[in-house]
Amino acid sequence: MFGLSACDHVRVKVRLHNPRRDLEIEGPITIINLLARLDLNREAVLVVRDGELVPGDESLADDDAIEIRPVISGGEQ
Amino acid sequence: MKCVTCRGPAIIDIRRHNSNFCAEHFIEQCHRQVRKAIEEFSMFEKSDKILVAVSGGKDSLAIWDLLLDLGYSVDGLYIGLGIGGYSDTSLDYARAYAKTRSLHLIEVDVPSTFGFDIPNGSRAAKRVPCSACGLSKRHLFDEEAIKGGYDVLVTGHNLDDEAAVLFGNTLHWHTEYLGRQLPVLPARDGFPRKVKPLVRLAERETAAYCIVKGIDYIVDECPMAAGNKHLGYKNALNEIEAGSPGAKHSFYFGFLDRAAEFFAAEASIDREGLGACASCGAPTTSETCAFCRLVERAGGQLPERTGVNAVSVDLGPTRSGSIQ
Ligand code: SF4
Ligand SMILES: [Zn+2]
Ligand SMILES: [Zn+2]
Repeated sequence: MFGLSACDHVRVKVRLHNPRRDLEIEGPITIINLLARLDLNREAVLVVRDGELVPGDESLADDDAIEIRPVISGGEQ
Repeated sequence: MKCVTCRGPAIIDIRRHNSNFCAEHFIEQCHRQVRKAIEEFSMFEKSDKILVAVSGGKDSLAIWDLLLDLGYSVDGLYIGLGIGGYSDTSLDYARAYAKTRSLHLIEVDVPSTFGFDIPNGSRAAKRVPCSACGLSKRHLFDEEAIKGGYDVLVTGHNLDDEAAVLFGNTLHWHTEYLGRQLPVLPARDGFPRKVKPLVRLAERETAAYCIVKGIDYIVDECPMAAGNKHLGYKNALNEIEAGSPGAKHSFYFGFLDRAAEFFAAEASIDREGLGACASCGAPTTSETCAFCRLVERAGGQLPERTGVNAVSVDLGPTRSGSIQ
């Protein structure tokens, strides 16, 4: 499902943290579906593009570059 | 997705409130939740001298910013824990926030003041890093708040933090901790008043608040946190939350409303026989306090004290003389 896709497909660049890594994913795809595909809990991340939040129902288009930012911090309280 | 307030395009959904918000009304929502927490639990007044513990992370910078927005005057306190590059970067974020807004940030550096750092010191003392770290932070928060004459110490604990701690304490029936897990702990016997005004906001919301407000914070996780229990509890609760939005809120607030009082008596037992630490003057039930013992076992050194924290902690065997 990841990696190179046929040329008529849209490709979305995705940056993940902890550990930091970059993926390319076939689109178009909504944020909600992208998170589900990556098996990420919507409560535990935010999606950011150019410093702004991207809502869950938005569809990512060609050459979109997004960051999936974890929001859960650890440590004793 | 439309904003529940203005019907404009929304940038965030908050499923437990069954609401979506645009940037402007999301910030308004955060203000409302913090104001509600402050009022509901009578946390502090505009006239109080407030100190916020700042780590450079999203929660502490968000609460500092929220309190300033709401018209409180608040100083910051940063504790340097010597966790390599993580500590350096987090200090940069705390300083940058304070500097651009001309705020007062108190800095305490553990390695240069006490001669140990958390990664090595915890190993030498045979303690889990997060437990040595938490103990050091709590001690230094208390000490600086008392020393600076602050009325209240604010920490950035959010709904996820409180629900996760409650989950852990319930799982193991740590009843002595359950009675103390409140959004407000009153000042007593050398301890400052402590409050958690972010309890009505989830972690995802405090991060979103920083992004919307353009507040830069340290995104990378502390290297010591990996695999700790607290993170495991948070993940477990988020699994539940995903299927049943509002579960974390009702778990924590239901506990406050209907259960916490049953553990209150046990929580107050540790106040018996509180005296001053022979070494630093902080309140303790032992000869020397847990922090001074940690410093010693971690191979560090206690600096010469002026005895600031010893004010009125000359309690003798009873519990008189609390600092209010
Ligand atoms: S994760 Fe643990 S070691 Fe790191 S700052 Fe938090 S409490 Fe300290
Ligand atoms: Zn709106
Ligand atoms: Zn001591």
